[in-house]
Order: sequence, then structure tokens, then C-alpha cells
Amino acid sequence: MDAAIALNRFGLGARPGEVRRIGGAEEWLARQAEDASAFELTDSELPSSVEAGVALFALREERRASRNGAAQGDPVQQVVMRLAELARPDVEARIQSGLNTDHGFAERLVYFWSNHFTVSAAKGQTAPLVGPFEREAIRAQMQGSFFDLLSATTTHQGMLLYLDQANSVGPNSWIGSRRDTGLNENLAREVLELHTVGVHGGYSQTDVTEFARALTGWTIVGPAVHQRLPASRLGETIFLEQMHEPGQRRIMGRSYSEGGREQALAVLHDLARRPETARRIALKLVRHFIADEPPPSAVARLEHVFLETEGDLPSLHRALAALPEAATPEARKFKSPQDFILSACRMTGVASAPLRGMAGSFQMLAQPIFRAPSPAGWDDVSENWAGPDAIMKRLEWSQALAARVGRRDAPEALAADVLGPGLSDATRAAVARAESAEQGLTLALMSPEFQRR
Amino acid sequence: MSSFRTDRRALLLGAGALSLAMPQRVAVAQAQGERKFIFIILRGALDGLAAVAPCGDPRYRALRPRLALPSPGDPDGALALSEGFGLHPKLQFLKASWDARELAIVHAASSPYRERSHFEGQDVLESGGAGAYTQQDGWLNRALAASAARGEGVAIGEVVPLVLRGAAPATSWAPSAAPAPASDTLERLADLYSSDALLGPALARAVATDAVVGDAAMAGAGRGRYAGVQVLMQATARLLTAPNGPCAAVMSIDGWDTHANQGAADGGLALRLQVLDSGLAALKTAMGEHWRNTVVVMATEFGRTVAENGTGGTDHGTGGVCFVLGGPVRGGRFMGDWPGLSQQALYQGRDLAPANDVRAVFAGVLGDHWGIDPSLLRTRVFPGLGAPLSGVVA
Repeated sequence: MDAAIALNRFGLGARPGEVRRIGGAEEWLARQAEDASAFELTDSELPSSVEAGVALFALREERRASRNGAAQGDPVQQVVMRLAELARPDVEARIQSGLNTDHGFAERLVYFWSNHFTVSAAKGQTAPLVGPFEREAIRAQMQGSFFDLLSATTTHQGMLLYLDQANSVGPNSWIGSRRDTGLNENLAREVLELHTVGVHGGYSQTDVTEFARALTGWTIVGPAVHQRLPASRLGETIFLEQMHEPGQRRIMGRSYSEGGREQALAVLHDLARRPETARRIALKLVRHFIADEPPPSAVARLEHVFLETEGDLPSLHRALAALPEAATPEARKFKSPQDFILSACRMTGVASAPLRGMAGSFQMLAQPIFRAPSPAGWDDVSENWAGPDAIMKRLEWSQALAARVGRRDAPEALAADVLGPGLSDATRAAVARAESAEQGLTLALMSPEFQRR
Repeated sequence: MSSFRTDRRALLLGAGALSLAMPQRVAVAQAQGERKFIFIILRGALDGLAAVAPCGDPRYRALRPRLALPSPGDPDGALALSEGFGLHPKLQFLKASWDARELAIVHAASSPYRERSHFEGQDVLESGGAGAYTQQDGWLNRALAASAARGEGVAIGEVVPLVLRGAAPATSWAPSAAPAPASDTLERLADLYSSDALLGPALARAVATDAVVGDAAMAGAGRGRYAGVQVLMQATARLLTAPNGPCAAVMSIDGWDTHANQGAADGGLALRLQVLDSGLAALKTAMGEHWRNTVVVMATEFGRTVAENGTGGTDHGTGGVCFVLGGPVRGGRFMGDWPGLSQQALYQGRDLAPANDVRAVFAGVLGDHWGIDPSLLRTRVFPGLGAPLSGVVA
């Protein structure tokens, strides 16, 4: 595979000179799949999920107090702003990583899985936990199996809050029989529909309810529970037997004996190995990295690897990069706004300097960091991103970036450097004939080949 | 900046981009596309009892000591409708529309969603499903697909919202704070896209849409939090009334989540209502003669608590209010049921009961306005819906 293709299709786009620097494309890709450190964010100042949870509970307590007292301003608005403030270091670290990483493939895999297991700051109270979720439940799991990833995401505080699992109570549990609370099926439904077998994966509403019963007990330690625990565990994930619906469960034709915390994990274990899950993950990976209409041969290959290796992620990622369908010169995927912004900044070299208002760029092009609109995550096909207003906004944004970069580099050479053989004669000519370096760079950024990967 | 916009129009006319901009089926649909539909999503959960107050109910004042509006006839009083209800005094245009029989109101309206998350509530409101995340596309898109050859929808905003997403094509437009592209750059890029089946038509359509909106985009978009509403309304009218223009538009107006310091005849909510009302007045003016073929539906994800809370606001509730406005509306009346404010009538003892399904309102309007077959409405557009609320639109 050509190095420029590897950097663009599987990474976040080439920086000047990077095509020559990475050496063999196949080794560059395979090495990242097996290197845990390639997936890490190095910023050690970022909060853990427990720290984020503690901050969240403190804010809630403040809000309760302000409701009872005389309100100054709009306390809800203030809380929303402070939640966003708590999330900001992670947003910035995520952007910096995308701009500067040498491991673009690993980074793209993180974005893929993070989107597959969406936890979104669009739900305000989840905001401080989205960054910790991605670091702890996605990045840290990339050397394990799909089951490891599934159990880490399902039981992470971010997911428990985002999909309302934290408040789901078994009706016949110790707490359920004493209080007027009950089951919440949100997480159970989404694990089946979005994270594993898919909406046509062969489950019924009864399976959803049964799975929701099995999941009861998994919660985050809030102030009320915290007071009854011997040591401080505020903000941690916990399995609380007193919330758990007792009894045997039957889900998708299999029985799960009462086993407390192990019951839901046993369900996840089976879901992670179902052929429907393997097929769905294979399809989504190919659609994300190769084409909106996934070539069946490529899907079948990844499905086979998934089943053969029991969902071993490094094997799956290596197999993805080695697909013959992925090595074709033709770029078939239209870049998402995140991919486009990051690759444009990498190409033009604004990557190394902290970019003021960078988060606003993602907002402008309608893909704000960590704020997917629903648990289904961001759409992954061109129809969603290549709408008329979106193209115009990309053009406006490109023009602004080009104005900022100015005349530093000859745009024709830059385009040839990062696009390699992907640069078409038409684009080369248009960039060369531009009336200014700025216009040339704008055209290069907006060219059909730079808009795709 | 305005010269750029002028140049963009000039480019459009000169380069013949319009022929690429609109698919041929739109031309076929032109005759039918005369009947326009606008859906306005009031995001954040509008307090229906503040917008359309049950002044005649004795519990209204008791439950809302700080928020209740003065009675009709008193200074700053509610604007009397019928059946003991009054419009918020800032809704002057809506009152005039009611009097002209161009406004129908469905109170105690709600989607099938019964929890209190904005995020899920908006999903249900837009997807038209029976619950959160049961549909991947939006009801307006499915309606456009079901009413063959009617035309396309336009989203006024950065992203096409869920209600308009799906198989049927949709365009989008939003005001931009960034400088418009130079016309020369646009021309060169259009040239570069000439053989690109995805990007070529999209750029041409964006240029065409921008050209139609034209100077409205410059008249104050982005200045101040609410200054943009009138601009957006005028832009919407320009798009819908353009030759071969879209037949449906979707717009979001936010800022209704009034947990604190909501105010009564004046205050935070009153300001937002005034902005909305003047925006709607601007829309009617800008639609001109097309107003007689235009129906505007305004809905919110859910209502707010009947009783005021400890911070002079209201919390997330259930039954809200839905407005149907426009020339063909058989207005000046309430549609649907009113559950009342008695303690036993409240949903879970705190919310206005959800007596009317907003999906039935949407379906009734689409059926009457666009002639979509009722069985299609109940199966494809709103799966599982009972009877549409017919007769709101002539």
C-alpha cells in the first residue's frame, strides 16, 4: 500500500514530509494495531472518571442548595456551563492528539469505537465523564477482545449515567421493594441494538426487559450510597446487590442463573461472541474505513477473523488494514468534519501550535467533539456530511484557514506532498493557476481528493 | 461582505449552476409544491401554561403565585381567547391570527414520550416513533417520501435535524459568521467539481440556496442571541417562495428551558415569546400571497410542571402546547381535549396530563394539507399511530 493512502485512509492525514518518514505503510499500520501506547493520551493532568464523578456530584449538590435558597441568575444555565467547563481539558487534549499524533491509525480506531459505544456530552450531566470514558473504556481496551471492550464500556460510569442505568432498580430487589422506583431499559436496549447484535439481531422486547433486569445493580456510587460504604468510593462504578433484581433470567434463548454481578457479564460474554455481532462489527468497520457500500468480500473477511479469534481486537485491526479492498488508489469515503478539520490542520502545519477557537471549528462544521446527537453516534455515510450547507461551510472554513496560513508554503507542493499519487491533474492545475497562494490552498483543501480519504 | 453575496448571485446566473441545483423531480412537483409546510421545533420544553394560560381555572393562580398572568382586561393581562384561556400578552401576532381564524391551538399536547429528558423527548418529537430511538429517520422526511413528487425539504440550520433526515433528499441553509467565499474561488471550485457527482450538485445547490436567501443573511444574523429569528424566518420565506423552491422547511428555536426566573407578563420567557411572535409576523409578511397556502406547526418536546418551583421557574413536565398557524388553518379554536388542572387530573400529580398526541396533530395536518393517504400516515409516517386529528387544515 502507498504510504500516502495509508496516512489518509487509515490515519488523520499526512503532515508535510510524513509520507516519506513513515517508511513501509503495512508495517506502520500493523505496528500501531499491537502497540498499547499508540492508543494512549499522554496528558497526565486529565481527570479520572472517579474525579469527574466527584466533581459532578458536588455540582449537583450546589444546584440543590441554590434551588432552596434565593436564586442568583439562572442556576441551570450556570450548571450546564460548569459541566462543559469540567469537560474542556479532555476536549482540548483530544484535539491536540488528533493534530499531533504519529499514530493516526490508532487514533482513528479510537474514534471509531468511541462512536460505536457513544457516550455524549449532549446530555449535560454526562459531559465531564465523556473524556474519561474514552480514555478508560476505549483507549485502554484496544489490546483486548471485543468482550473486554463491551464489558468496560457497559459498566463505565459514563455509560451508566448516559443511558440511565445508574438509576435502574430491580422491582423485587431490596431497594425496589421499599421505594417507588423501577427498571430502566435504556442501556439494555442499546447494548443489544447499537453495541452488539443490532436491531434485527433476533431479540424481542422480552429479551430487552430480561436483560435490563440482569443489569440492575450496576450503578455509580453517589452521595446517598457513599455514606453507607466503609471506605470512600464516591464516583466509582459499583455492583449494588440491593438494587439487583433477584432470580434466573432467560435472554435470546439462553438461561442465566442468579449470580449477582456475574449475571449481566455472562450475558455480555455471550452477546460478544454471537455471529450477528461479528457481522455487524465487520460491516461497520468496513463502512467506516473503506466505503459507504461495504464490499461483501471485505465484510466476510473481517467477520471470519472476528469469529476465529473470539473478537481479538489487534487481530481485527490488523486484518482491516490488510484488506485488499483497502489498498485501491480510489478514495471512496467522504471525510467527516472531524477528519477533514484535523487533516487540513495537519497538512498546513498549524498542528503544532495550540489553535485558538479550535473547538469552534468542529462546532461550525457541525461535529462538535464528544457531542454526538444520540446513542447511535455520528452518521458514517456521505449523505449525512455532504449536504449543501455543509459544503459551503467547509469552503468558508477552508478559506479562513488559508488566510491564516498565508503564503508560508507553495500550496501545489504541499498538496503533492500529502496526497501523493492521489493528487489529480485537474486539482494540480487548479491549484497552480490560482490567483493567490491563499486561493490555491483553499482549492487544495476543498479538492475532491482532499475531501475524501 | 455584501458584495460577495451579490457576486454569488451573479455567479449563479452567469454560470448556469441552477440547472444542477434542483433535481428534475422538483420541476414535476412544482404545481403540487404550492402548499407549503413549516415545522418549528421549540427546543428546551416551552411552558404551555405560560404561552396559553388557563386563566379561568381557579387552580392556575393558586399553583403559580409568581408566574400567573393578570386576567384579560387588566394591565398586562392575558389576551382573551375562548373557554377561559388567554394568550401571553407578548403574543400579539398570534392573537391577531386567532382572531383572523388562522391559528388553532392543541393544548395538553405531547408526544408518546413519558420521561423527562430533553434529549430523548426531542428524538421522539422528531422521529415520530412510539418511543426514544425507535426510528432512525424523521417523520417529515417519511412524509415527503410518501407524498411522491411533492418536492424537497430545507433545514434552516447547520445540520439537517432528525425530523427531516432519511431517504428523501433535503437541502440546508444557515447564516454564517465566517466571510463568504470569494466569487472567483467559488467559480474555480465549481469547475473542479464539474465531474464530481456528490460535491458538484451539493455546491451548486448551496450557491442557489444562498442566492435565494440573499441579503436576508446579512441583515443581522448572529448578532445577539435572538436577533436572528426574524432573519431566519425571512430566509425561510425566500426559500419556500422561490421558483422551484422547497415545499417544507424545518427550523429550531431554543431557549425554552425556564427552570428559574421565568417571569410572567415580563421577564425572560416573555422576551423569548416576543421574539418568536415577531418572527412569525415577519414570516407571514415575507410569505406574501403564499401565506394562504402555508401551514406552520410549532411543537416542543414536552411541557413543564403545573406548579412553579422554588426558583421562580418550572421543571420538566409532560403535557405541552402545539400551535397550527397559517392561511389554510381553520383557526380561532381549540382542538383536542383539555384535562384540566384538578389534582386528580394531573399526570403523576405534577404535570398537565398528555391528553392529545402531537403525532395525531402532525398527521392530521399532513393528511389535510398534502393529501397523504391516512393509511400511509398511520403505517409509514407515524408507525402505530391511531386516528390523525383531521380538520385542523381546510
